[in-house]
Amino acid sequence: MSMQLSAHLPALQIVVPLIVAPLSLLLRNPRLIWMAAFAATATCLGIAVALYSQVLQQGEIRYFMGGWAPPIGIEYRIDQFNALMLILVSLVGTVVLPFARTSVDKEISRQRQPMFWTAWMLCFTGLLGIVATGDAFNVFVFLEVSSLATYAMIAAGKDRRGLTSAYQYLIMGTIGATFILIGIGLLYMLTGTLNMADLAARLPDVTQPRTLKTAFVFIVVGCSLKLALFPLHLWMPNAYAFAPSAVTAFIAATATKVSIYVMLRFFYTIFGAEFSFGTMPLGEVLMILALVAMFSGSLVAVFEQNVKRMLAYSSVAQIGYIMLGISLATTTGLAAGMLHLFNHALIKGALFMAIGAVVYRTGSAQLDQLAGLGKKMPWTMAGFVAAGLCLIGVPLTTGFLSKWYLVTASFDAGRTVIPVMILISSLLAVIYIWKVVETVYFKPALALKPGQEAITEAPLSLLVPLWVMVAINFGFGLQGSVIWQTVLQAARQLAGES
Amino acid sequence: MNWIDHYNYWIVIFLMMLGFYAIIASDNLVKKIIGLNIFQTSVFVLFISMGKVPGGVAPILRDDPTVLYSNPLPHVLILTAIVVGVATTALALALVVRIHEAYGSIEEDEIHEQDQLAG
Amino acid sequence: MKHHSILRIITKLLIPLILLFALYVQFHGDFGPGGGFQAGVIFAAGLILYALVFGLDTASEVIKEWVLMILVPLGVLIYAGVGVASLILGGNFLDYNVLAHDPVHGQHLGILLVELGVGVTVAAGLTTIFFAFAGRGRRNPEGALITKAANPTQEPQR
Repeated sequence: MSMQLSAHLPALQIVVPLIVAPLSLLLRNPRLIWMAAFAATATCLGIAVALYSQVLQQGEIRYFMGGWAPPIGIEYRIDQFNALMLILVSLVGTVVLPFARTSVDKEISRQRQPMFWTAWMLCFTGLLGIVATGDAFNVFVFLEVSSLATYAMIAAGKDRRGLTSAYQYLIMGTIGATFILIGIGLLYMLTGTLNMADLAARLPDVTQPRTLKTAFVFIVVGCSLKLALFPLHLWMPNAYAFAPSAVTAFIAATATKVSIYVMLRFFYTIFGAEFSFGTMPLGEVLMILALVAMFSGSLVAVFEQNVKRMLAYSSVAQIGYIMLGISLATTTGLAAGMLHLFNHALIKGALFMAIGAVVYRTGSAQLDQLAGLGKKMPWTMAGFVAAGLCLIGVPLTTGFLSKWYLVTASFDAGRTVIPVMILISSLLAVIYIWKVVETVYFKPALALKPGQEAITEAPLSLLVPLWVMVAINFGFGLQGSVIWQTVLQAARQLAGES
Repeated sequence: MNWIDHYNYWIVIFLMMLGFYAIIASDNLVKKIIGLNIFQTSVFVLFISMGKVPGGVAPILRDDPTVLYSNPLPHVLILTAIVVGVATTALALALVVRIHEAYGSIEEDEIHEQDQLAG
Repeated sequence: MKHHSILRIITKLLIPLILLFALYVQFHGDFGPGGGFQAGVIFAAGLILYALVFGLDTASEVIKEWVLMILVPLGVLIYAGVGVASLILGGNFLDYNVLAHDPVHGQHLGILLVELGVGVTVAAGLTTIFFAFAGRGRRNPEGALITKAANPTQEPQR
């Protein structure tokens, strides 16, 4: 045994979950599969944390797959930003999995569970792979691995509308991925390389700016489709609403965030901030789309009667905040966007788990079905409210933190109107969260339908993950300055300032 | 630069728009998948045609160092992309089969109507 | 089915050749064009041709579904296993040099095993996809195929 474990962490980060995916088809027993999946996911979290501390100590980590040095071989490259993303994805995975076990048992038949877990682990592997790799084509491959698994998982629920929403997502997602592929192809045509660092080194010498711009636009549109930026978000509400609850909690917290990561990686590492925000009018375009997303998403959420869909539209708005920070084209703006990315992932994870627990007991996410649940499921609903407060951005919570820095960053960038917009849009968030609170706490409970079991508090296996996620959110809020410094440092590294 | 010199791009653009149109314009879920396939194929053609080196031979290792090879890398990339495409098509068709079982139709407007009726 | 004798005989003649060619493409992949994916597809094509001509029931007697369900993950595990083996032997993930005493032999062995994994998964995967589509509507609620013998009255659904 001459292997040194710490040197191979970038590979192990992907390989450990990858092995569980086929294994779960062989194991057949859902209990065993779940244990293997949880062990692998928790290991991934450990690896991600270890990677982050390695990056802090020794700077960027480069790992050559198969021992082939880039640009010939595929390289995994870990810097602070993607180490943090790896932590985020595996943290969400680790917290959601115990929730998923109980929730999936109820929503997916036992025969199908092995295949479901295979898809889950493939999705998880794909997301980690997208983040870890330093090769542009590899990004596309992992993107499709995770997306295909996601389509299958969305269709796995009991509601037949899950099928049509998975189909819709598949069509839109594939177009998005193909656009990214076209962009990567054009970049390869211009430079003859696929390695991100190598691309970054060669692109400034490119003599055909028109091809370069075309490639850029294809990649921006492709990523925007994947991350559900307004007006390319149409696949998202239905996909989130009709997927099994655990799937919604997992992908809402990770999939779109990882797509934003891809976009940032292309903007800053490959094309360079100067080209992205200087040569191309990206800042202006993104800012307008982000602002429209913030308002349209929140407004639709206010009028939405299905809580899952409401939260999905709220995601459209929150992605608007993230893109708003990025569109400021300053390092603090970028850091604020990134901070909101992490916060929103954790907040939405908690919210979707809370509503998943409600669906577990009542079988419905319709707002009117939630009446009076505050008394019957006090812990679940308290979790929902706590996470809701974070989403609105009440002081001392995570949401406040990132919105505060967004406001500061927009003042720094000389955009004084934007803070007002953020405030108004946050008020809309108050309205839609309040709508749920009002129904849950102040409306009389519905009479039980004949044959329906009395609604009681969700089982501990659902409550504990929910509250762990809520606790993480509040922990983040309390450790605000530490978190901000961490993210700011990562943003500086991404922007090439450190 | 003569516009006919880059005829491969014209073919790519034509195929891409054709596929795109089929995805957007048709109501039939299977026809949409066909459109998606044409769309993806156009990208495959784009990659493969760029790997062609004028006068280059098939990239099989020969002892003669002066031989000009075509670039095999785009082919390899596209092999991967084709695999992804096959998987996507299979998954999409599987979804359509299940949609047909659940709704009794694969026309988008009829499915939408049923969803509206069900609330 | 009895009256399609030309089809049946030609198929019977062709299938061994197709499978043999698949194996050639698989194992010649180290030296020339070929490899696991192409070989797997050709192999699956042979099996699918058999199913098309002789019917799903006959085919599922030859190729058991549970075997396919083992082969699909097995191929992926072979692939990942080679990677893990190279890790344990001191190289990077999928660094074949360390698999044998001589790096060239290591590369040979590594690519052979990895392509074998790819071939197994692709062949089994495509056959599974075909069976899943072709057998749809003839499955009992547990998802198992209803064969003609078990359910003689049922017509294949259109």
